[in-house]
Amino acid sequence: MKLKVKEERCSGCNVCRVVCTLQNFGAVQPSQALLRIKGQFPDPGTYRIAFCTQCGDCADACPEGAIKEKNGEYNIDYDLCTQCLLCVDCCPFEVMVVTEAGYPAKCTGCGKCVKLCPRQVVLADRDARGSK
Amino acid sequence: MLYGYAGKILKIDLSSGKHSIENTPEKLAEEYLGGRGFVARLLYDMIEPGIDPLGPKNVVVIATGPLSGHLLPGSGKTHFGALSPATGGYGDSNMGGHFGPNLKYAGYDCLVLKGAADRLSTLVIDNDKIEIFAEDKLQGRGAIETEKELKDRLGEEFQILTIGPAGENRVVYACISHDFGRQAGRTGVAAVLGSKNIKAIAVRGSGNIPIFDSKAAQKKGEEMYKVCFSKPGFKTWTPYGTASITGWANEVGAFPTRNFQTSYADFHHKINGQAIIDRLLVTDKGCFGCPTPCGKYGHTKTAVGSAYVEGPEYESIATLGGSCCLEEIEEVAYANYVCDQLGLDTISAGVVVSFAMECFEKGVLSADDIGREISFGSLKDVVYLLEKIAAREGIGAILADGVKPAAAAFGGGSEQYAIHVKGLEWSGYECRNAPGMMLSYMTADVGAHHNRSWALGYDVSQSDADVSELIEAGAGGPMEVSSPDGKVDHVISMQHSRPLYDTLGICRLQTMEIGFETFHYEEVFELITGRTITWREMLFISERIWQLTRQFNVKHIEGFGRSWDYPPERFMKEPVATGPNKGRFIERNILDNMLDEYYEKRGWDENGTPKAETLAYFGLT
Repeated sequence: MKLKVKEERCSGCNVCRVVCTLQNFGAVQPSQALLRIKGQFPDPGTYRIAFCTQCGDCADACPEGAIKEKNGEYNIDYDLCTQCLLCVDCCPFEVMVVTEAGYPAKCTGCGKCVKLCPRQVVLADRDARGSK
Repeated sequence: MLYGYAGKILKIDLSSGKHSIENTPEKLAEEYLGGRGFVARLLYDMIEPGIDPLGPKNVVVIATGPLSGHLLPGSGKTHFGALSPATGGYGDSNMGGHFGPNLKYAGYDCLVLKGAADRLSTLVIDNDKIEIFAEDKLQGRGAIETEKELKDRLGEEFQILTIGPAGENRVVYACISHDFGRQAGRTGVAAVLGSKNIKAIAVRGSGNIPIFDSKAAQKKGEEMYKVCFSKPGFKTWTPYGTASITGWANEVGAFPTRNFQTSYADFHHKINGQAIIDRLLVTDKGCFGCPTPCGKYGHTKTAVGSAYVEGPEYESIATLGGSCCLEEIEEVAYANYVCDQLGLDTISAGVVVSFAMECFEKGVLSADDIGREISFGSLKDVVYLLEKIAAREGIGAILADGVKPAAAAFGGGSEQYAIHVKGLEWSGYECRNAPGMMLSYMTADVGAHHNRSWALGYDVSQSDADVSELIEAGAGGPMEVSSPDGKVDHVISMQHSRPLYDTLGICRLQTMEIGFETFHYEEVFELITGRTITWREMLFISERIWQLTRQFNVKHIEGFGRSWDYPPERFMKEPVATGPNKGRFIERNILDNMLDEYYEKRGWDENGTPKAETLAYFGLT
């Protein structure tokens, strides 16, 4: 699932980030979430959300060809990954993380953030399905 | 292993700068759950009788609950406590935002501060790295301004608590600020932080919290959100937040107006939730994990000044709007902003300012005493007094100690205008036709605060309807006289249920406002902690905490007893001036009878002291 966001609806609750880490890492650990929220306070009082757009820069950076595109989503083949972490460094949205075991992790398109966002801020980008 | 908890308590001696990290005792978790329970037990054990609340021997406890930081609605709550400089007794206050969850992710269920730093400082908890930095440059800086500076300096991922000049100057109703608009407002814990020279506390938590069955807990957490989404109040209550109750409070004659001279404001429609949406709102702002964000972040413009501000929520509307008679939402919001920057609790500050206004109106204070003439309804005068209070300048030096000591200092019969219980100013519900709510205020452990029991809905409707339902039903015609019958049991029940949310580290509003069922918390608690416990058993723990905080007051307040449980004379003698309850007051013998029944059912003697057998029953000997 490719994501899009409506930032103006965000209330900064971080439910997306909590469920993200439970789903992807089996832990409640928002520092490892694969999307980020930054409040713009006190002025102008809005939220900015950084999320994976499936732009593919991580795949381009990977020297092992371990990040592969399928139906518009990029996923890491951990059998090929050598933990060089170049992908993490080059993510333009800074939404890739390094796991405790030292591997990179990125948005898997699981859609849990979409299902649980109380305010329909994080949405499935239906128009983008199947396209890069 | 303590699943669900971070498992450690961080204790810092600010005098020496040394810290220690201890395991969270399993017995403490078993008997007190967390949050308010941890605060009450640790304060009871650590504070010696006879100490100065604003001296280095006082202790500040900041505690999360077992459910804080987990995937479930409203899991962002943090509890704060100290020996209160406002009451001299048990003091605590609760706040949403993101601090508590991050304290747990950093590895700590609880933070305990004792001693005092030798100069103004910021405490930085970066996971297991603990540092204290001198902050001379932040002296006198606004609470919001300070948070912004520290966010820029430390980084977005730090969650920050700050105090304003009021806390530095030990105003006894100074508040702790966080997340540009959340406050732990009541009982003056920020003044205690000020006395310890702590300007700010920043935490970054990068770790996780152990969960007994994370897959099942995730599934249950997701289900709980979906249940919230399905409640009618999710859509009707959320847009207005707590301000949604403003109209109803007026319809039923419970809106404190003109320093509680009356309980109805004919301008209430100009300062309600709709006015916020129409004239202030920029965005809804939620606490950690919240599906129903009551925070209304907006921008206000007035003749006195303009500002971005979160709120006003209902309590600020009631005290700054109703009690000080600010008739425009922009003015209420601006006064709210001034309180937030100065670091003043909007509830106490509003009541103190309106008290001063009435003292001037009735001739107790002169323009010379105050430094100028003042009147209800003047934003300029409200701001003038707030600034004097925060700086402890002129009349502000007396008002900074709260209405009870101020009335003692002013004399001239001003104690009848001092609206408080135990020295804590009354929050936003006038009760001369609400005996249950009156008893709630009278018997709350911290003083006149609605957080412990909100029996007003029961006084009005004789039902357990949630707030969304009450608002939907309206007043239902002219107000009848509300009977005291059955109110004691209801108040006692609420005094266990409402604080239980503060004990678990979650927000009560999902239940109280939109009717979210409590059995979900039992189920998720078991999946997160591995401990099977019913809601009823948790209520027993909440009752244990209630007995402990009463005993805390007996231990620390000289001469504490029945006389500390009465409201101001005004409510027992002076008829309400206007509105649906015009002409009504509550007779003292009604309150006497309710207190007799209350003490008996609590297992306290006729002076309100817990009996030895009662304490033994709750394991408190």
